[in-house]
Amino acid sequence: MASLDAVVKQVVSKYKNDKTRLMDIITDVQSELGCVSDEAVSQIAKLLDCSKVDVEGVITFYHFFTKTPRGKYTVYLNNSAVANMKGRAAIAKAFEDAVGCSFGRTTSDGIIGLYDTSCIGMNDQEPAAIINGIVFTNLTQDKVKEIVAGMKAGKDVKDLVKEYGDGANQSDLIRAMVKNNIMRKGPVLFAPYDQGSAIKAALSKKPEDVIEEVKIANLRGRGGAGFPTGMKWEFCRKAEGAKHYVICNADEGEPGTFKDRVILTELPHMLFEGMAIAGYAVGANEGIIYLRAEYLYLKKYLEKVLEDLRAKNILGKNIAGKGFDFDIRIQMGAGAYVCGEESALIESAEGKRGEPRNRPPFPVQKGYLGYPTTVNNVETLCCAVRIMLEGGEWFAKMGTAQSKGTKLLSVSGDCQNPGIYEVEFGTTVNTLLEMVGGRNAKAVQVGGPSGTCIGKKDFGRRICFDDLATGGSIIIIGPDRDLFEIVHNFMDFFVEESCGWCVPCRAGNVILKQKLEKIMSGKASTKDIQELEDWCKIVKATSRCGLGQTSPNPIYTTIQNFREMYEAKVKKDTDYVSTFDLLAAVEESCKAAGRIPKVEEH
Amino acid sequence: MSTINFTIDGKSCKAKPGQTIVEAAKDNGIYIPTLCHFEGLKPAGTCRICTVKVGGRNMAACTTPVTEGMVVENKTADLEDYRKAIIEMLFVEGNHMCPTCEKSGNCELQALGYRYLMMAPRFPFLFPKRTLDASLPKIVIERNRCVQCLRCVRGVTTADGKRIFGVVNRGGHVEITVDKDLTATMTDEMAQKAMDLCPVGAILKKEVGFAIPIGKRKFDSKPIGSEIEKA
Repeated sequence: MASLDAVVKQVVSKYKNDKTRLMDIITDVQSELGCVSDEAVSQIAKLLDCSKVDVEGVITFYHFFTKTPRGKYTVYLNNSAVANMKGRAAIAKAFEDAVGCSFGRTTSDGIIGLYDTSCIGMNDQEPAAIINGIVFTNLTQDKVKEIVAGMKAGKDVKDLVKEYGDGANQSDLIRAMVKNNIMRKGPVLFAPYDQGSAIKAALSKKPEDVIEEVKIANLRGRGGAGFPTGMKWEFCRKAEGAKHYVICNADEGEPGTFKDRVILTELPHMLFEGMAIAGYAVGANEGIIYLRAEYLYLKKYLEKVLEDLRAKNILGKNIAGKGFDFDIRIQMGAGAYVCGEESALIESAEGKRGEPRNRPPFPVQKGYLGYPTTVNNVETLCCAVRIMLEGGEWFAKMGTAQSKGTKLLSVSGDCQNPGIYEVEFGTTVNTLLEMVGGRNAKAVQVGGPSGTCIGKKDFGRRICFDDLATGGSIIIIGPDRDLFEIVHNFMDFFVEESCGWCVPCRAGNVILKQKLEKIMSGKASTKDIQELEDWCKIVKATSRCGLGQTSPNPIYTTIQNFREMYEAKVKKDTDYVSTFDLLAAVEESCKAAGRIPKVEEH
Repeated sequence: MSTINFTIDGKSCKAKPGQTIVEAAKDNGIYIPTLCHFEGLKPAGTCRICTVKVGGRNMAACTTPVTEGMVVENKTADLEDYRKAIIEMLFVEGNHMCPTCEKSGNCELQALGYRYLMMAPRFPFLFPKRTLDASLPKIVIERNRCVQCLRCVRGVTTADGKRIFGVVNRGGHVEITVDKDLTATMTDEMAQKAMDLCPVGAILKKEVGFAIPIGKRKFDSKPIGSEIEKA
């Protein structure tokens, strides 16, 4: 193996000593050396002429970066709520038994590491894990035994994949066992089209008219926040800057969403064409797709699609002979949910900790490297392609007053047919439950943990920005589930994924989770429910970015919609329940003294 | 450009172009509590104590510039309770033992606790395990008291602009750390600056202690913010 110094030097020079490429530098150094040790941190800082804390800050921010070795094979087993519903506990135990170490550790010989990870975008085929970048889905105890045996025998991880999914998952460049599970195709995303026809249609108009068409369509961002895309493009176009950028946000991290994964697998050409259209509209010649680390397995394939599009002159110089240049590079993430927030994503793409920025200025004014930048969701950019082909009016005929077009939903949990569904905005939860085979649900989590948890009385509500907004995640919770466990899992997720910048999110989520645990343990009074609800409001009102403004929602919306569940857990006739456990407190000393405590006397 | 007119809690105020709400409020004799804010440093908006309501939305007053006709709500019951809650969160999130702290009386967190009449935090203490670093030549870092305001990160750099302080980890595990090689180049003045920037007792200059006697410290006789309100 090459020396540490030589590896670091070679990697840093590959990225031309550019500090804004620190994400890639750390990724490459780690893939060569297994981790980024203190010594490597020093070397990177020296070569980039920056402080060591700048490098260390970035490494310790991202889930998949590490300063200590995590094994020749590193298993990241998803611990999202749906994974738990689908039997994750037994799979985790199977791994521990077969490997011989517990989760959060690496075997003493340094061969296999077992680690938890947040939702990896495979909710329709859980339990699932990522091993050295390769995805393993629908895990069973037998599969685990086989995988571990393979790792112990020193096999290449990709040779442990024994089955392949459908569609492009079978292509030579992906070869993944991931399934698309496309259950319902709609007219916007999944109708066929000729590659290149949309960018040609766009280039035949003035950029302002492209924006106008998107405005007529009333297209709103498909990531969840729903900002009008035409307006965003217009702001970006009008903002002054020597350059402009288009960034595609392919960091879908909301537990339960996986729609972008399917678009990236089956419709990447459509997505990249949409980025070119956005580029033309805002006056950008460069685009970046920020791809979440969990989708690393798609990177080679996406690079090939980019090459093909360049060969077809849908990307590159003088596109379609119209004098417009546009190209795209892929920026890998490294595991941080908060990077789905557009300004955090930009910070990350600039090689920094993925901490959201203060606004103003907004990214459309000062975004990537300080230039005006439009950040759009994967699905939004695909919608723009269809709008160029069919027109804004055609698009605006579908949907509701505030939400036009169709929405791609990722459905998982307790239903017969998990997968993705392209439905018209305004579809009711009831209709959707019928469609997916989940009629007996007791609750539906709309919009992922940061969205809303609704009960039966609200199943007549509609999925759209006017009513129940969602970036695409729909988790169906069956009648036998303990909703507390799901809420607790979601709070765990937010505690883990908070960037830690602002007080209410950093401390508040921990406090909320502990209070929830107090109620779950049965050692709470009615007052605790009220306090918990009040504290949720404080965190929501004072947090800096969308993460903290919505992270109390699992608790907050279940208190609103399932209050009886909380009330059943607390002692109603008292204002105060002691959480002090005398037996536990004296256990150790009693053991030492050989005494049996007489608690009933106290 | 000319003066910007805006209101805080109904009172007509004037601001200079580019001023943030906190700065402009100060010039108009109105105190908006801050902790992570430090004049001259780029605002970070980490503590959120300065949260105000503008156009029905909660915003950090330290990072939001004033615009013409802006209507700011500052001293409402809701906002004052949020602020108190944030101060309480900071007390439970760290391990603060005011009586033994060198910064007592000069500590902005403590002063805010007094100003907001915090008797006991409403939240249970989290008692985190935090570390102390006394190995550095000029300063001691006492992380039990750190409020992650990032004032040291933003304000202390080497002559060639490298950051001496930085942040590692994320979420509740965030902590301040230093580039040990660069701290070796710290002068006494830089160490003093780091200590002065720190609103609490997390950064202390070595080999000097209790230079200002108790009773003569910043907040010993007047509450924090009174210097602005009297103006």
